[in-house]
Amino acid sequence: MPTLHSQLSPSSESFKANAARLRTLVADISDKAVTVERGGSEDARKRHTSRGKLLPRERLAQLLDAGSPFLEIGQFAAFGLYGGDIASAGLIAGIGRVEGTEVMVVVNDATVKGGTYYPLTVKKHLRAQEIALQNNLPCIYLVDSGGANLPNQDEVFPDRDHFGRIFFNQANMSAAGIPQIACVMGSCTAGGAYVPAMSDETVMVRNQATIFLAGPPLVKAATGEDVSAEELGGADLHTRVSGVADHYAVDDEHALAIVRRIVKNLNRKKDIGLVLKKSIPPVHAPEEVYGVIPADLRQPYDVREVIARVVDASEFDEFKQNYGTTLVTGFAHVHGMPVGIIANNGVLFSESALKGAHFIELCCQRKIPLVFLQNITGFMVGAKYEAGGIAKDGAKLVTAVATAQVPKVTIIIGGSFGAGNYGMCGRAYSPRFLWMWPNARISVMGGEQAATVLAMVKREGIERKGGTWSKEEEAEFRAPILEKYEREGHPLYSSARLWDDGIIDPAKTREVLALSLSAALNAPISDTKFGVFRM
Amino acid sequence: MFSKILIANRGEIACRVIRTARKMGVKTVAVYSDADARALHVAMADEAVHIGGSPVSESYLRGDVIIAAAKATGADAIHPGYGFLSENPGFVDQVTQAGLVFIGPSADSIRAMGLKDAAKRLMEKAGVPVVPGYHGEAQEIVILASKAREIGYPVLIKARAGGGGKGMRRVDHPDDFADALSGARREAKAAFGDDRVLVEKYVDKPRHIEVQVFGDNFGNAVHLFERDCSAQRRHQKVIEEAPAPGMTAELRAAMTDAAVKAAKAIKYSGAGTIEFIVDASDGLKPDRFWFMEMNTRLQVEHPVTEMISGVDLVEWQLRVASGEQVPLAQEDITLSGHAFEARLYAEDPAKGFLPAIGTLHHLSFPSEAAPGTEIRVETGVRQGDAISPFYDPMIAKVVTHGPDRATALDALADAVTRTEVAGSTTNAAFLAALARDPDFASGDVDTGLIGRKQDELTAAPPPSSRAIALAALAATGATAPVASDDPWSSLAGYAHFNALARRATLSFGGADIVAHITARPDGRFDVRPEGGEAFVLAAGASDAGATVAAWPGHVTVFENGRSFDFAISDPFARAAEIGEGTSSMRAPMPGLVKLVRAAKGDKVTKGQPLLVLEAMKMEHTITATHDGVISEIAIEGSQVTDGTVLVRFED
Repeated sequence: MPTLHSQLSPSSESFKANAARLRTLVADISDKAVTVERGGSEDARKRHTSRGKLLPRERLAQLLDAGSPFLEIGQFAAFGLYGGDIASAGLIAGIGRVEGTEVMVVVNDATVKGGTYYPLTVKKHLRAQEIALQNNLPCIYLVDSGGANLPNQDEVFPDRDHFGRIFFNQANMSAAGIPQIACVMGSCTAGGAYVPAMSDETVMVRNQATIFLAGPPLVKAATGEDVSAEELGGADLHTRVSGVADHYAVDDEHALAIVRRIVKNLNRKKDIGLVLKKSIPPVHAPEEVYGVIPADLRQPYDVREVIARVVDASEFDEFKQNYGTTLVTGFAHVHGMPVGIIANNGVLFSESALKGAHFIELCCQRKIPLVFLQNITGFMVGAKYEAGGIAKDGAKLVTAVATAQVPKVTIIIGGSFGAGNYGMCGRAYSPRFLWMWPNARISVMGGEQAATVLAMVKREGIERKGGTWSKEEEAEFRAPILEKYEREGHPLYSSARLWDDGIIDPAKTREVLALSLSAALNAPISDTKFGVFRM
Repeated sequence: MFSKILIANRGEIACRVIRTARKMGVKTVAVYSDADARALHVAMADEAVHIGGSPVSESYLRGDVIIAAAKATGADAIHPGYGFLSENPGFVDQVTQAGLVFIGPSADSIRAMGLKDAAKRLMEKAGVPVVPGYHGEAQEIVILASKAREIGYPVLIKARAGGGGKGMRRVDHPDDFADALSGARREAKAAFGDDRVLVEKYVDKPRHIEVQVFGDNFGNAVHLFERDCSAQRRHQKVIEEAPAPGMTAELRAAMTDAAVKAAKAIKYSGAGTIEFIVDASDGLKPDRFWFMEMNTRLQVEHPVTEMISGVDLVEWQLRVASGEQVPLAQEDITLSGHAFEARLYAEDPAKGFLPAIGTLHHLSFPSEAAPGTEIRVETGVRQGDAISPFYDPMIAKVVTHGPDRATALDALADAVTRTEVAGSTTNAAFLAALARDPDFASGDVDTGLIGRKQDELTAAPPPSSRAIALAALAATGATAPVASDDPWSSLAGYAHFNALARRATLSFGGADIVAHITARPDGRFDVRPEGGEAFVLAAGASDAGATVAAWPGHVTVFENGRSFDFAISDPFARAAEIGEGTSSMRAPMPGLVKLVRAAKGDKVTKGQPLLVLEAMKMEHTITATHDGVISEIAIEGSQVTDGTVLVRFED
């Protein structure tokens, strides 16, 4: 395989300036990660631990194999929303290893508003389940939640993708042979009671866990019966009398040890049907990627500089190198796993779209996972291009992307604007994972274009009525639009709303890709049947 | 030469004999008890025969069964090893009557030396100096006490049938005589089934020096120089050496001469040892040694003699027993360099050398010796084997040889330091401390040395911060990174921004330790014990001189020749404990419930003796851990294993 040679000089001023800027962005996200990883307030955490309970991240660490990677999803969910203190939407989720098996772990954080489900908590829980379903990963739920967040009930209860969907997913995953394991370590009330009840195997911690459809106050109100929480739905009752739970744990550590033992007995084997090679680090150091990315999103750079810092031995076999050059396609390996890479190197033309569709066909035929490195302002505009049928060529790419059955992993490394998002496997195209770099921006179009379009419409309206609009007035009009697009296009805005699975450090792209792909390979790759390509 | 021999023993000595037999082309038959079915000596032998239950009385002491096994397998001869039937003249007779050869002295020789008083009289007649003492038949306390007065305090009370320090008591004052006598009798009875004792002069600053002799059926007898076994703890040999430090040509001549004379006096055939007590209070003088006893068998410490003489004593035993003459003439036996042997035992120096048991979850001996020195390890166990309560808890003999005493001793200290055992407490650190003791190193050794310096030699420093961190890391189950292309294996601790911190809870000597552990991208871990020093460590590593062995419920860290055993919290064990209720007392080791002093329904107070557990011929009193009413108590005479509930209290 040809090795990619970098054209950049790490000692150049621009490289250094780029690196300094991107490092600052990473440091900012990293600082914010420290905050959200803390979970609830110090008081809430103290209250939690004073009951002999482990903190959610401690539970997670204790559950996973020592040294296991943790591919967290939705770390910044609800960031800046609901008053700003619902860290990670009160739910930690991600993929880790338990007894050598990759599993999806979903952990309620009772230190954040009692672990209650906000709308984004529900969305995150469902996203975790979706990942588990698509990638055939056993699910472990560490339950410690007060159930639906009552003030937000209209946004968590009734709709298709609301609370009830959690149990629908559990039932259907179980039916698909994907183990569902619940470990109740705190409250688990009302609808939430179905998480353990719908699980294949359930553990309960004595004196901590309770499962009931209605708690003591409701029971008292309804029937006048005076009963303690432990009597009503404690571990003793459920493991000895009701059979709602299967395993009785004396404390958190014991419960987690039981869960590990359950996983040990799952009898699962990861069958990777791909030809794997030896993993070789890139020739070009991944950290150098900081210096590759220009400060200005609109400034072009060769995306091969990024690929060279991600793939094994920096080796990249390019496909159709001289055709549709604004889209780079080719084969490489990441940690020994074969991948087909589709990366933007400018605006999409008909040729680029056709090349992309062709390449996706190759990968689907050969069952090679696809990696999209997305940095796209959109498809080329103009009479010539419309007449050339760029819409139908774009449609071919979108069709190919939408129907490809190989695992797809998307990383937004720059701009993600307009139809380019579709063609490059945005969220709507169900990539198995979608990650964002801290410098990335996502919106229907760039802030500049949006402001320009809106200003143009406005100016036309004013001038049609014979009015005038000064440059200053226009600038004043544009400013809030630019500000809005900048704010709403920011990765934290996107991550808070779960438009992506998380913000990652660009220097760790290789690791994230490797873990994502390897997790995805837990599911067999099915044959692809493409839709009708408009010719 | 024999074509096949049966070894009526177990453990290291059985393995030792098998090795030489194999070298000589002689086939071997091992015998084994229930407990030894998977023992090393069974695996090593060409054939093995099961001879009975685990208690020695049902197996290794069953002469009839052993002889039948020899007949059944077509063995020509029986090697008795040491202990068990090795000095039992009745057995020798039976072996001979069965038409087999006993690889050892004649029954008459054994009988002549078997009872210490008779042996001494015999030696006196042969012109060998003996210690003043009373070896008479009378056993009444008044007579023994008056004899003790005649001899002059301090005196030593010894079991007449004894050996190995069992049934032995030093008495300094007439007031203590009665107590010491009853203690010695009880032990003698338990160990030998014979509670008769003798009384001897207690020699101040005594040294235990013994001479290896070897005779044949043609009247030849040679010596193979002396061994010094003065490094003793309560009459148990700890480190033996050859030659004796500070030995003079005159004393050696006198002693070896006396030894050969003694052997010849009883027409001794085979390997034997003449033990002398030497008064070293005024240096080593040719007139200050006395005959103590003769061991009519191969000694545990025979390897040190082999190391300095180059003679394979087991080979000689086989050759002489098969009718050959002693292979070398006296003048052809030469002494070269210096050798040491340390006895590695499963015992707890911190708890008065209480015998320990357990499974040897980790066992590693050094193999590399410093240039010019040699290491030899004699063992009968492998990693994974158990030290059972039925037999002597010796794990191994670590033997070194060097051109001179200092070099050999250095090699010994080094070898013991590098010996790693996890799963059972051992005396390894004590052995290393003794090997490095300046008095011992100077050769100024007497049988009281260990007793005088015991606190110093058994001092147990706490684990270093680094050892604690290593243990905490091992407690998480973290393993050494495996070279793998699988990113879920190789990308240790990956997190988008901050790796998850895992808690490890463990305890050392009852003190709890909590540490926070984070995986690093380089595969190592950041280990931060609460209130302790933080380290970056590799899991499962043996970096910087420390190794770690994890075994069920424990982590053992070996550092600078010491092992630190950390208990790790096993959630399942803890849950089981909680499930059963905490108010119960469990057997600290396997053993026999010898005596029960309380009954169901009894109200007892903390510290009150409840029962006596006998393990390894030692009695351990189990006392109440708290006040309470007994709801259940073990039955007298029952055999219990480690962890069996002995006493349960009412809630």
